[in-house]
Amino acid sequence: MISLSNVSKRFGRFTAIEDISFEVSAGEIVGLLGPNGAGKSTTMRIIAGVFPPTTGRALVAGHDIVAEPLAARAAVGYFPERVSAYQEMTVRSYLRYVGRMKGLGRAAASAQADEAMDACALAPVATRLIGSLSKGFRQRVGIAQALTAEPRVLILDEPTAGLDPEQVAEMRDLIRDLRHNRTVVLSTHILPEVEATCDRVIILHRGRIRAVDTPTQLSRRVQRSGRILVELNAPVEAAAQGLAAVPGVIGVEVQARSVDGAASLTVLTESERDLREALAAAVADRGWGLRELRSVAVSLEEVFLALVHDDTEESPS
Amino acid sequence: MSRMWIICSRELRATLGSVVAYVLLAVFLLLSGYFFYSDLTFILLISSFTPASGLWQWVFLDLRMVTMLIVPLITMRLFAEERKLGTLELLWTYPVRDFEIVGGKFIAAVVFFLFMLLPTAIPCALLYYYQPYPLGPLFAAYLGLILLGIGFIACGLLVSSLTENQVVSAMVTYGILVFFWFVTWNEEAANQAMLRVLLGLSLFDRYYDFTRGVIDTSDVTFFILFIAFFLFLTWQSLASRKWRGVP
Repeated sequence: MISLSNVSKRFGRFTAIEDISFEVSAGEIVGLLGPNGAGKSTTMRIIAGVFPPTTGRALVAGHDIVAEPLAARAAVGYFPERVSAYQEMTVRSYLRYVGRMKGLGRAAASAQADEAMDACALAPVATRLIGSLSKGFRQRVGIAQALTAEPRVLILDEPTAGLDPEQVAEMRDLIRDLRHNRTVVLSTHILPEVEATCDRVIILHRGRIRAVDTPTQLSRRVQRSGRILVELNAPVEAAAQGLAAVPGVIGVEVQARSVDGAASLTVLTESERDLREALAAAVADRGWGLRELRSVAVSLEEVFLALVHDDTEESPS
Repeated sequence: MSRMWIICSRELRATLGSVVAYVLLAVFLLLSGYFFYSDLTFILLISSFTPASGLWQWVFLDLRMVTMLIVPLITMRLFAEERKLGTLELLWTYPVRDFEIVGGKFIAAVVFFLFMLLPTAIPCALLYYYQPYPLGPLFAAYLGLILLGIGFIACGLLVSSLTENQVVSAMVTYGILVFFWFVTWNEEAANQAMLRVLLGLSLFDRYYDFTRGVIDTSDVTFFILFIAFFLFLTWQSLASRKWRGVP
């Protein structure tokens, strides 16, 4: 549905993105991840048709965005980083205007506006002026605007930026609902969001692609050792020594000592072995009170930092 | 092309939905009415009553100034506001060509300007009712004023597309228009060849012919080229995002 091959974009001497190539197939949700200035917005703007690439080729729904810009743009709904709408229009009249701009007739635009308002739960504010809405509602107007005229591709640039946690959860649900036979590319800073919504992640850094994979595969790629968190009621030093003696344990890190004397330890293990039962047995043998024992997955955050800050080294494999 | 009209109608609704439009309209009509009145009494005072010869020249030279005062305030928001809000970026992702965006906004401003001029015909009609006069010179003067105003609009549209600050947009437009006005005042300093070029470029000197009731095709052509030139630059200014990026 989206295909970028060797796309670069330069503004004067500044290179925003360099040699970006990826494909997104129909129905897929892909997350663009990267620090500020990594080229996420530039990539999304190229797909959305804001400006053409300096070199390389970009196809959206089979249309080259340079040769057939209008056809390509007609297939895309875009939610910009700076969400915006005309302040003096009501939600309904604005969405009708957007429908007309996207080439719908008067009746179709009106029907589409109602549909988009339903999808984004905007019906209660249909006749309010956009300028008077709260941030959460304005964000939803932006999504509704992108949904109008049923585009096959949705480009969402940081759809949850600036929302409170409840609104973030709502927005995440909304995005997951949108995926039905739509292709979605979204960017974000918030990693759990990617883990929660995306089929695939593209990590960008300094305008180049650092990694493309599923969120779980990415975690596995940087996971060099297994980790198990153990909390138990025992003298810390003795506990650390005892657990380190279990076969397969590489090391033990003391996390914290709580007020009532309980020790919290992270046990590093050889990556292929699950040592949870062996550790539990070791604790029981010594008569310590076991409060918690669970394996800790490497978070995407760590993956991200590992990939991005390993700049000079070869990319992790 | 149909999208040009959608942009134009949205723009007109936005203009007519704001208080600014009515303040501008009121100021324009008050000033133009005052000038009509004072020019008429002045003509009656110094000459026997022959409005056709002198009155229109006075009135329309005054209207020129009022138009120059008002038009930059009409055009200042056209693109600057969209840049500030970020809605311009969205427009670029809709299946619409840049020239349709420019055209839609330009036509909306022209329609509002013509709407603003309409009531100025009332005193002219009243005068005609009491004291008929030849209409030709009046039409020539109106044609000149309309061309001049549309020229101002094209210039203001360009400036508006370059900034996201409406005050900057209006001030720079004033600067350019005043420059075009005063460019031929410094006759002593410029040599003759230079002065001829400047006179050729001066909107206001060309407008002067219209107020005397003369429609010169070269003047009309000049205004049309002037308008087309500024619209072209506006179009290029929108296209500059391709190498400048979107702020």
